[in-house]
Amino acid sequence: MTDIASPIQKKRRSLPEAWFAWLLIAPAVVFVLIIVAWPLAETFRLSFTDARLGGESYVGLENYTDLAESKKFRQTIVRTFYWMFLSVFIKLILGLVGATLLNAAVPGRGLFRVLVMPPWVIPMAIGMIGWLWLYNGAFGVLSGTAQHLGLIDKAFEFLAYKRSAFYSAVVADVWVGTPMVTLFFLAAMQGVSRDLYEAAWVDGAGRWYRFRRITIPQIMPVIVSMALLSAIFTFNSFEIIWILTEGGPRSATTTLIIDTYKTAIGNFKFGEGAARAVVIVILLAAFSLIYLFFLNKVNKHYGVK
Amino acid sequence: MMDRYTKLQIVGIYAAIAVFLTFVLLPFFEMFMASLRPLEHLFRSPYQFWSKDFSFQAYRDMWVTVPLLGRYILNSVFIAGSVTILTMLFVVPAAYAYARLDFPFKSASLGAFLGVNMFTGAVLLIPLYRVLSTLGLLNSYWAMIIPGIAFLIPTGIWLLRSYLEKIPVELEEAAFVDGASRLYTLRRVVLPLAVPGLIVVSTAIFIGAYAQQFLFAITFNQTREYQPLPAGLFEFIGYQSVTWNEMMAAALTGVLPVMVIFLFLQKYLVAGLTAGAVKE
Repeated sequence: MTDIASPIQKKRRSLPEAWFAWLLIAPAVVFVLIIVAWPLAETFRLSFTDARLGGESYVGLENYTDLAESKKFRQTIVRTFYWMFLSVFIKLILGLVGATLLNAAVPGRGLFRVLVMPPWVIPMAIGMIGWLWLYNGAFGVLSGTAQHLGLIDKAFEFLAYKRSAFYSAVVADVWVGTPMVTLFFLAAMQGVSRDLYEAAWVDGAGRWYRFRRITIPQIMPVIVSMALLSAIFTFNSFEIIWILTEGGPRSATTTLIIDTYKTAIGNFKFGEGAARAVVIVILLAAFSLIYLFFLNKVNKHYGVK
Repeated sequence: MMDRYTKLQIVGIYAAIAVFLTFVLLPFFEMFMASLRPLEHLFRSPYQFWSKDFSFQAYRDMWVTVPLLGRYILNSVFIAGSVTILTMLFVVPAAYAYARLDFPFKSASLGAFLGVNMFTGAVLLIPLYRVLSTLGLLNSYWAMIIPGIAFLIPTGIWLLRSYLEKIPVELEEAAFVDGASRLYTLRRVVLPLAVPGLIVVSTAIFIGAYAQQFLFAITFNQTREYQPLPAGLFEFIGYQSVTWNEMMAAALTGVLPVMVIFLFLQKYLVAGLTAGAVKE
């Protein structure tokens, strides 16, 4: 026993597991601390100052009280949440419809699945250059087709009016986000056991019934987690709005991210921008926590650990 | 039997798929059509569905109108490639630790990593701008590469971890029992087995890195020669007379590298990315 080194003894001689693990994750941790965590802390600090290009001094809660009193800022918050809820809701519905269609056992579905993905793969900024052209009033296809069909009698500039610019941005955002939602729902649908469907089918359950009572409950955890992920992306969405409208016309598409960017980077008001960034972090964290609480309940309800 | 559709249902399914795909692909189709039209036909109101003289002229002229176009595309590929390689260097060891080893604060630190996904660069731009400026890295490739890595590390760890967990642990145990060190086991046993997973994850990171360049580029870099494609083209959109046909030709040419990579690997990529959505 003593002259043969047992595996257990060998294990003792090499590096302890915990130390080795920390060694392996240390580079990633340090890097993310420097590039994400430290700037985050710095953002909090700056939000209590009037930092500009020239310098900074401590101003206490002034930036926050200014924001609290600003009617414009309150409107921006409401607009951001409206933008997020509307866009995510449409993405989830389209994703569910799309995944169901792509899951149907018809010839060619392999090809259709590939064709759904391009908006997700290409840089958002490039896709938005395409949408800029689609929304062009005088020469774009959308205004042009509507004129040919007699829906409108003269060119319509989608991005020039407050209301239409906002909803045009929502459509473009839905276009960017739907492929990912669709693919995740599709993967989840394919993971549902066929036995369940067959059992229901033998009992005479129709397609709609099977969809409602098997598919939806089975993929519910994925739907709920995709909704959160998608909400965070949409809330933070910058490129889409920036390229289409830069937050205009007359602030109609200015969400919190755009407002923060304009204040901090456009006007070099670092302190005021940082306060806005902190508001974003707090709102998102609060939203996520409430949501995760809800997710936990849903998971329990559907018997996921 | 269960999957049998009536003729009417099949027609309905195809029609619905057609509507869905039209929404998804219309912008690409229009970008391509616009790139084929001569400028004077593009600027014809109301919109004409068909032009008589489609040509690929714009694909030749764009190199003159956007003199740095080739450079922009190379920059995009170079930045995304560097981000991918450097991110993988951070991700591989960390993902292995999360997949196999047990250590204090394991789930807490993993949760903290994933929390990074909650912040986009936009929230952290102000201090990041100052950090990069202090380090003298503004207006360089590094200004776009460094933030890019930080925001892709969490996703990379998450994806690779779930892949590594599927590799049977017995091989590692065998190597370990035979006296191999932990690092040797990781290098000689685990990594060779994980090659398909490494390819999927690095492709996902490459696509992510190709896509996220815009914000960092327009904020941290003013040097035109270093701009990636989206930022380089965006500059032209602001001009009085945009030559839209060439702009579209350039945009489509610029996404070719990432589209080609995607088409080759799409099957593995989708399976790898959506693995978390499927119950084991």
